[in-house]
Amino acid sequence: MSTITEQQLEEVASRLGLNRRGFLKFCTGVAATLGLSSTAGIQMAHAVTQARRPSVIWLSGQECTGCTESLLRTTHPTLETLILDMISLDYSEALCAAAGHQAEAAKHAAMEENKGKYVLVVEGSIPTKDGGIYCKIAGKTMLEHVKEAADDAAAIIAIGSCASWGGVPSAGINPTGATPVHEILPDKTIINIPGCPPNPYNFLATVLQYVTFGTLPELDDKGRPKFAYGRIIHEHCERRAHFDAGRFAKEFGDEGHRLGYCLYKLGCKGPETYANCSTQEFGDVGGGAWPVGVGAPCFGCTEQGVGFTKALHEKSEVTTHAPPDIFPPINAQSGEGATATSAGLLGAVIGAAVGATAMTVRQLGKAEKEAEKGAEHAAAEEQQ
Amino acid sequence: MSGHHQPLSNRKLITLPSLILAVLAFIALVLLAKRFAFGLGSVTNLNDGYPWGLWVVYDVVVGTGFACGGYALALVVYIANKGKYHPLVRPALLASLFGYTLGGISAFIDMGRYWNFYNMFLPDQMNLNSVMLEVGLCVTAYCTVLFIEFMPAVAEHYKMQKLKAILEKVLFVFIAIGVLLPTMHQSSLGSLLIAMGYKVDPLWQSLQLQPLFAILTAITLGFSIVIFEASFVTVGFKRSSETHILKGLGKMIQVMLSVYLVIRFGDLAMRGVLPNIFDGSFRSFMFMVETVLFVVPLVILSSPQRRNRGSMLLIAAVSMLFAGALYRFNAFLIGWTPDASNSFVYFPSTEEFLVSIGIIAMEILGYLIIVKWLPILPVDHAADHAEPHGKPASQPEQA
Amino acid sequence: MDRRNFLKLASAGAVIATSSGNAQARGNLEVPDEAVGMLFDATRCIGCRACVVACKDINGMPPEQSTPEEPWDLAMDLSADTLNIIKAYEPPQGDDGFEFIKRNCMHCVDAGCVSVCPVTAMKKDPKTGIVSHDPDACIGCRYCVAACPYNIPKYEYDEAMGQIQKCQLCNQKGVERIDNGELPGCAEVCPTGANIYGKRSDLLEEAKRRMALKPGDKYVYKLGSIDSPYGQEGEVPNYQDHIYGEKEGGGTQVLMLAGNRFEDLGMPDIPELSYAAVSETVQHSIYSNFLAPATVLGGLLYMARRNIKGSQDEEQDPNQDKSGEDRS
Repeated sequence: MSTITEQQLEEVASRLGLNRRGFLKFCTGVAATLGLSSTAGIQMAHAVTQARRPSVIWLSGQECTGCTESLLRTTHPTLETLILDMISLDYSEALCAAAGHQAEAAKHAAMEENKGKYVLVVEGSIPTKDGGIYCKIAGKTMLEHVKEAADDAAAIIAIGSCASWGGVPSAGINPTGATPVHEILPDKTIINIPGCPPNPYNFLATVLQYVTFGTLPELDDKGRPKFAYGRIIHEHCERRAHFDAGRFAKEFGDEGHRLGYCLYKLGCKGPETYANCSTQEFGDVGGGAWPVGVGAPCFGCTEQGVGFTKALHEKSEVTTHAPPDIFPPINAQSGEGATATSAGLLGAVIGAAVGATAMTVRQLGKAEKEAEKGAEHAAAEEQQ
Repeated sequence: MSGHHQPLSNRKLITLPSLILAVLAFIALVLLAKRFAFGLGSVTNLNDGYPWGLWVVYDVVVGTGFACGGYALALVVYIANKGKYHPLVRPALLASLFGYTLGGISAFIDMGRYWNFYNMFLPDQMNLNSVMLEVGLCVTAYCTVLFIEFMPAVAEHYKMQKLKAILEKVLFVFIAIGVLLPTMHQSSLGSLLIAMGYKVDPLWQSLQLQPLFAILTAITLGFSIVIFEASFVTVGFKRSSETHILKGLGKMIQVMLSVYLVIRFGDLAMRGVLPNIFDGSFRSFMFMVETVLFVVPLVILSSPQRRNRGSMLLIAAVSMLFAGALYRFNAFLIGWTPDASNSFVYFPSTEEFLVSIGIIAMEILGYLIIVKWLPILPVDHAADHAEPHGKPASQPEQA
Repeated sequence: MDRRNFLKLASAGAVIATSSGNAQARGNLEVPDEAVGMLFDATRCIGCRACVVACKDINGMPPEQSTPEEPWDLAMDLSADTLNIIKAYEPPQGDDGFEFIKRNCMHCVDAGCVSVCPVTAMKKDPKTGIVSHDPDACIGCRYCVAACPYNIPKYEYDEAMGQIQKCQLCNQKGVERIDNGELPGCAEVCPTGANIYGKRSDLLEEAKRRMALKPGDKYVYKLGSIDSPYGQEGEVPNYQDHIYGEKEGGGTQVLMLAGNRFEDLGMPDIPELSYAAVSETVQHSIYSNFLAPATVLGGLLYMARRNIKGSQDEEQDPNQDKSGEDRS
């Protein structure tokens, strides 16, 4: 990859409305989210400066637009920077300037033009009941739209819990037959970015990796990027120390709650939910602003079978992969062994006993010999 | 019994060995002050896995075993009616008195809540299921009995004829009790191990046979310690040899030891733990050392020629003392499994050792002082003649 | 009396010791009718240590640091300041299969500590079966520590006037939670129902019920106590086919279920006949009603009297006596 020139850097920075320094910082930040080195950040900066921006088709099914909304609130980059300068957002129902047939035409044109190269993003679940009639756009069901757009997509990202595993629309009796993307497209690799809404940086990092390296992040068995969903929230939770010490908030507003104790007993699903909320927090709000940070138990939005499924107060099944080191092992060693002095003393005592015995034995032996001699003499004298 | 014993009153009380012993005893006293001021943990290495350490195992379990001389001789002289061993009784009684008293004091020192010890004597508090209760009561009673048995020596010295007369009349009762009590608590010292179950290594956890092994080794230790003391007195005080009496004890050791070893190995075989002896562990090594120490006296004493030699008797006796001590150390400490995961270690601390050494020093010192003060040792004409500067040993004989 | 007779006599007491199996043999003690206890299901324990904290609060125990670098409550094992502890078992290979285990007094049905205590400081409540300790009676001999198969009683070695500490199921003087109808602290706070309180018979029944469940099925685990209306649904794990404490040493009132073998979790393998029963059988065979010692004493008195007379008679003629001895 060619190195980025100073001039190019200046150009792109001004295009993004950032100074040069701010721009590099942004790229490094995204790289860090991915767990990449700062050189990858430079490479990303390079990729972003390229004129050719990847085309993105953003479909919306049964959703609340929360994912888009949260994305809108990112500040580095701002969404407009993203969609105008870093990617080419060719179709999005929420953000399209165009409407009606015009928008539809733009979508088709983009799909045709970037055949096999565009990125498909699906937000919201896809109703499948009754032929998918519960969500129609431009007279076609969502089901058809997704299948059509997926055919020539280079990568498919399911954003939000609805698209990733069904989310809210699939909860309970699931009246519309709401289905996640990967079930509609079983043969394709789908990147799931669950969350309600997901952390926008998990999405941005995935897209930028694709833009920069043309590769997709490593996924777990549920199609989620491992960099963001590889660990349970509980493992890095800021309240973990309270959990380990057995200090729990038992009611909202009680002493423990006010003191920032662990929310496990209030139904926090952190111990069974895979996401990086506890390390990334949420969005750009900062200051510990994520559900658990502000005293609201995690409700497990990223996790199928937890979010929208378990009752909010219900305690989670704690998933731990390895016991933390601070637990005493079954056989903690304790006690004092021998020191040189104590062992020496034992040796000295045994030595003294053996030594004294040896001396006494010698004396006794000597005396016995003398006595024998004496007896012999006496016997000899007697004979004489 | 006047006229049989005499004090070595012609000897100096303060000698170099007695000074050294006094220093050792003093060190122990200082450390004991520390123990009472700051708790057991400040002096010992005892921990949650090893509740009993050197003080219990050496000072009480082994120490009272070493103090069985008086008991063993009482058995022989008064019960089996072997009058020829009579001269050995008084010195043995003195050693027993010291051994038991200091064993009892050691137990008291090691008690975590010594100020409550009187509860052992309150019938309401007694737990008759407890082996410890029996040991505690018997040892206390036996200390008293030993003291009474020893009283004639004092009465003799201070010419308290009336007291002596009374004592002589009732002495047989105390002698009988003095044989019964050690039989009870010495066997019970072994029974202590039963309740500890798996914590005692299979090589030493013989459950029902524990009291038998304990009493057999205790009596054998008693004979051995008599030989040991007599030999050291002979050499140390340059007195004439007592081998002619001691050799009979050697024969008894031989018999008892054979019985012991046959049952011991029979038990190991029955329980199927003989292979453990060869598993290469530290414990198996210690078992072998113990066994060798038991077998050495057996080999030495098997020949009447060797039994006639004082030096050989002493080697056998010392080997037996080491064997008996090691057997008890093995059972209580070296083969100890503190819990199922065996996660504790223990080795006596330096200060623990110094206290035990100090207590031994007190015993020897006390013995040395008392044999010079009271009529303990049998009258020895040979020694009196051999002592050039000695006043005529015969303190005016009391009729 | 010749030597043979003497040897016979010398070992008389000990020989009686070996004649076990007579009428005095005592089996394990019976479970008290109203025996209470706890059921610890290791597969439910999440290692939150709420029980450890609650135990310290209720019993007024100070925190225990393991190293100066870790200045928080982190006991490595049970101690006189930690009567209840959560330990972690890590299997030798791989990450899966680790398990937490809660260690505290098992409240044995036939408790070794109660059997060996010389001054009845360790007591088993005849009704509830709770094993309690009375420091005012205790002489500190620590035989209870040595005789406890679970290594539970702990002595305060670091104090000049230390005492034995052990779990008394939160029913000791001044706490009396059971008597007041409350739960033991550790059972009350357990968030997952890994540790529940109840009558031993009910708990044993519950343990058997859980073992009969099909792994993977859902089951509502009680929270706090076996009679609690509250429960939490969870998946049935693969249990070891072993209810620890059902039979060990005559049974314990604290029962355990686990997914790993109990010896891996640091629990001892104990025969069904309690060591206390063996010990008391031996002891009572020797000392039943003091018959044997009294008989032996009678014999001893007779012989001592006869022989001491002999030796006193001999003394009338010391020269004769001595001449017999001095010959070598």
